[in-house]
Amino acid sequence: MSKFKKKKSGGQPAISTASLPDIVFMLLFFFMVTTVMREVTLKVEVKTPKATEVNKLERKSLVSYIYIGAPIKSLQSQFGTADRIQLNDAFATEKDIIAFVESEREQTNPVEVPLMTFSMKVDKAAEMGIVTDVKQELRKANALKINYSTGKTDKIVD
Amino acid sequence: MARREAPEINAGSMADIAFLLLIFFLVTTTMDVDTGLTRKLPPPIEDTNEPPPEVKQRNVFQVLVNANDDLLVEGEVMLVSNLREEAKKFIIGDASDESMPEFKITEVPIFGRIPVSKQIVSLQNDRGTSYEMYIKVQNELVAAYNEVRDEYAKEKFGSTMKELEKKAELSKKAEEQLEAVKAVYPQRISEAEPKDKGGK
Repeated sequence: MSKFKKKKSGGQPAISTASLPDIVFMLLFFFMVTTVMREVTLKVEVKTPKATEVNKLERKSLVSYIYIGAPIKSLQSQFGTADRIQLNDAFATEKDIIAFVESEREQTNPVEVPLMTFSMKVDKAAEMGIVTDVKQELRKANALKINYSTGKTDKIVD
Repeated sequence: MARREAPEINAGSMADIAFLLLIFFLVTTTMDVDTGLTRKLPPPIEDTNEPPPEVKQRNVFQVLVNANDDLLVEGEVMLVSNLREEAKKFIIGDASDESMPEFKITEVPIFGRIPVSKQIVSLQNDRGTSYEMYIKVQNELVAAYNEVRDEYAKEKFGSTMKELEKKAELSKKAEEQLEAVKAVYPQRISEAEPKDKGGK
């Protein structure tokens, strides 16, 4: 009877690859999620300290960042190891803070200017002297809402 | 000879690509939540020769941090881990104790006219103090206030400040309660101009 072909003998049936794209997408998503994107290239090394009483920073568009810390390894030969201030993408001094505040304000909707927060991302090894200078300049610029960027932890150790 | 109609491109995966982009943007906009201690700076000093208001010694909780990151609280060396308890004791206060801050009858929402402590926490650091130490001290002081307020809110309204804050978005009453607790224990952390001793 030739109507019924003899089943192929030997060899397993091929594995279905229909779900392969799904798996690939899943992996892709995973990597996309875990990747952290930065808006600025950091020229200073910033490892923020940890604290317990932290608030979340809301309204990201109203937050401007000031980075303080020692220059990164590759820039140390050029700029030394003393703590530096970084505004946007460049090193700055405390004299530039007022101009920085003004330019940030100009980019913001005038109605929302009072809600602006200046977040200080400071390395935990930095000295308070430079931080205080920045704070005094912020006061002069009337930017009084500030935030010390910290990670969250459950307990403070001595 | 002439090629007839090009083969159609399979658009079945277009949806996948669209979803991919969608999820990509969804994820990137809400990623890394920034956290930190939010503080308010005092307004800039006007050039008036007005002397600052006199504050009695007993109303001030003095916290000093030197360039070696040593902590001096009310004249005694202390570890950061003990600071919170000490600060809490000071903030709650004790009307019968002469060394504790004075109380002043103040108008407070809900409770009306009740005695409110005139406590002030004064924090002074050196230019050479490390930022990590400064944040620890700041954190403990804020934590002390938060705990005192939490205990009070629990006692009076049966919910913590966090819970009240959540409720306040919906009800006027919770908002008032929140304000009341804050008025009973106002957060007064004053930062003195730093001394220049151990710095560079």
